[in-house]
Amino acid sequence: MAILKKQFVNPELPDRLFRVLTAGAAWLAMLLLVGLVGQLFYCAMPAVRRFGFRFLVASEWDPVNNIYGALPAVTGTLVTTAIAIVIAVPISFIVAMYLVESAPHWLSVPISHTLDLLAAIPSIIYGMWGLFVFVPFMQTYIQPLLADRLGLKHLAFFGPEYNGFGFLTAGIILALMILPFICAVMRDVFRLVPNVLRESAFGAGATHWEVTYDIALKYGARGLLGAVFLGLGRAVGETMAILFVIGNVQNLPRSLFGSGTTIAATLANNFGEAEGILKSSLFELGLILLLTALGIQVLAQLWLNRIRKQMGEQ
Amino acid sequence: MKKVLTAGIMTAVAWSAASQTITLNGAGASFPAPVYRVWTYNYKQATGVKVNYQSVGSGAGISQIKAGTIDFGASDKPLEKKELDQAGLMQFPMLMGGVVVVANLPGVQADELKLDGPTLAGIFLGKIKKWDDPAILRLNIGVQIPSIPITVVHRSDGSGTTWIFTNYLNKVSPEWKRRVGNGKAVKWPVGIGGQKNPGVGNNVKRIKGAVGYIEYTYAVEAQLPALQLKNKAGKFVRPALKSFQAAGANADWKNAPGYYLVLTDQPGSDSWPITGVTYILIYRQQPDMVKAKALLDYFGWCYKQGAAAAAKLQYVPLPGKVAAMVENSWAEQLTAGGEAVKR
Repeated sequence: MAILKKQFVNPELPDRLFRVLTAGAAWLAMLLLVGLVGQLFYCAMPAVRRFGFRFLVASEWDPVNNIYGALPAVTGTLVTTAIAIVIAVPISFIVAMYLVESAPHWLSVPISHTLDLLAAIPSIIYGMWGLFVFVPFMQTYIQPLLADRLGLKHLAFFGPEYNGFGFLTAGIILALMILPFICAVMRDVFRLVPNVLRESAFGAGATHWEVTYDIALKYGARGLLGAVFLGLGRAVGETMAILFVIGNVQNLPRSLFGSGTTIAATLANNFGEAEGILKSSLFELGLILLLTALGIQVLAQLWLNRIRKQMGEQ
Repeated sequence: MKKVLTAGIMTAVAWSAASQTITLNGAGASFPAPVYRVWTYNYKQATGVKVNYQSVGSGAGISQIKAGTIDFGASDKPLEKKELDQAGLMQFPMLMGGVVVVANLPGVQADELKLDGPTLAGIFLGKIKKWDDPAILRLNIGVQIPSIPITVVHRSDGSGTTWIFTNYLNKVSPEWKRRVGNGKAVKWPVGIGGQKNPGVGNNVKRIKGAVGYIEYTYAVEAQLPALQLKNKAGKFVRPALKSFQAAGANADWKNAPGYYLVLTDQPGSDSWPITGVTYILIYRQQPDMVKAKALLDYFGWCYKQGAAAAAKLQYVPLPGKVAAMVENSWAEQLTAGGEAVKR
């Protein structure tokens, strides 16, 4: 029997097959990434050749004369992401700190669960809520308050005219979307701080704030930054929620109340009807978005590695 | 024995081909999509033939029929004869409909507001910024118009509706033609964008002082009153089936190669100035006789039995005379496997 088996099945064969299969699956991930970048680049070539470097710095978007520039979409993406991060990171930090350091158990558990549930809300829901509830709210309460009551309309970045749509509205909704993600990670980071460290600090007479700032923040810097990058990555590529409230015009951001667009919104708006050089320009925009997202990841990794070394943790 | 077997197989094949349910796949324009949805449902009920229509936009309809992934494409923007010949396609009109201008002006019945072409172009160019601009007041003597800023709402996605609307502005305003032009998407001088017809309707409803353009059915559905416009004959008309029909009445289909015709800014005292035609695109050389016949049966049914459903949704069915003309061109131009397709 054993002899028969040996004749038909090489005993090494299952092993090798297993190795090939698993390695193949692992390589598939790599192949997918390279393939995606390659495909985007290939489809973007006509636009790259036609517009060259000017594509990145031109703000013209004229489908009738087929002239396209990426600047409005790129700056729009940067502005909305920046607003979202500026709002979401401090709030997440404070909430996470409260949950771990000071909140009583009966309160911190339900809030924690709610945070996790918030993170699971699909982005289209935020978009719908944004359009039907938040845009009118911005138009009737927030924007008049900021522009007229507080007199901010005389500043350069708060336009004199408002209609509820625009960068600020989009940025705030983005902030709400990424807040649960950032907060949940920060909470877990704070939780990982060894109690010995924390208790010894308290024992030495440190205040809550000192413990958080000097112990938890430094111990968890890696994780905290990771949380910020996680939010950043999500904010940069967010489409549906932005699409509903940004106003969708190819304008450079001049005012927080003004309308504009982002890379993802431009793609979603125009892909259905795109042909020729417009399609190629959209592919180039997609390439820019993908490279930005990858760039954020790479920078984050490099930064985290540096901090890890600085902290003497190999 | 062999012969009998072969004959048996052939009969079986023929039998299965005949009883096989035919499915026709189409995609394209969203402008006539409400009618196409009703038609496909009614046609399935009446004949058992299934027609799938994906409302993906005119541009996508054109590129998909060119790629050969669907049996028929639909577009609001007619293709020129040259492009049709290059791709081996034939084009024929299916329906006519109106694009209307809607506005949100507190205290004013928008359907009592009147605009003419140059004023409309001035608004969409961003030159007329407030509702109490003299150009608007001049056309609306006796109407109390509040002094609030105008917010222009346009489509954010490329669209046949935009093509029809900008085609009209092109005809009535030299400045529009020079600065912006005619396209499925254009470089809007002012305003904010909304997704598809419902998105534009929504934004107009939400913003005080907003003005936008929208396909008529969607305006009726959203209960947005539409403005009156001055037509080429100098008369103010309300958008309605009757005025769309009037715009189509003097269309000269006979002398339009590839049925290329744009019905904006037509003469006639009752004509609605922003009327559009929506087209169907099919291959002149059909790959399959059975399917080709099924396609023509369907379109023929749409012209005749489908007319009532279209009118109910505020679209204008093609006049019988024009439908007969189209059916003639099918007989002249369509082939399947080298043979003429006969219905």
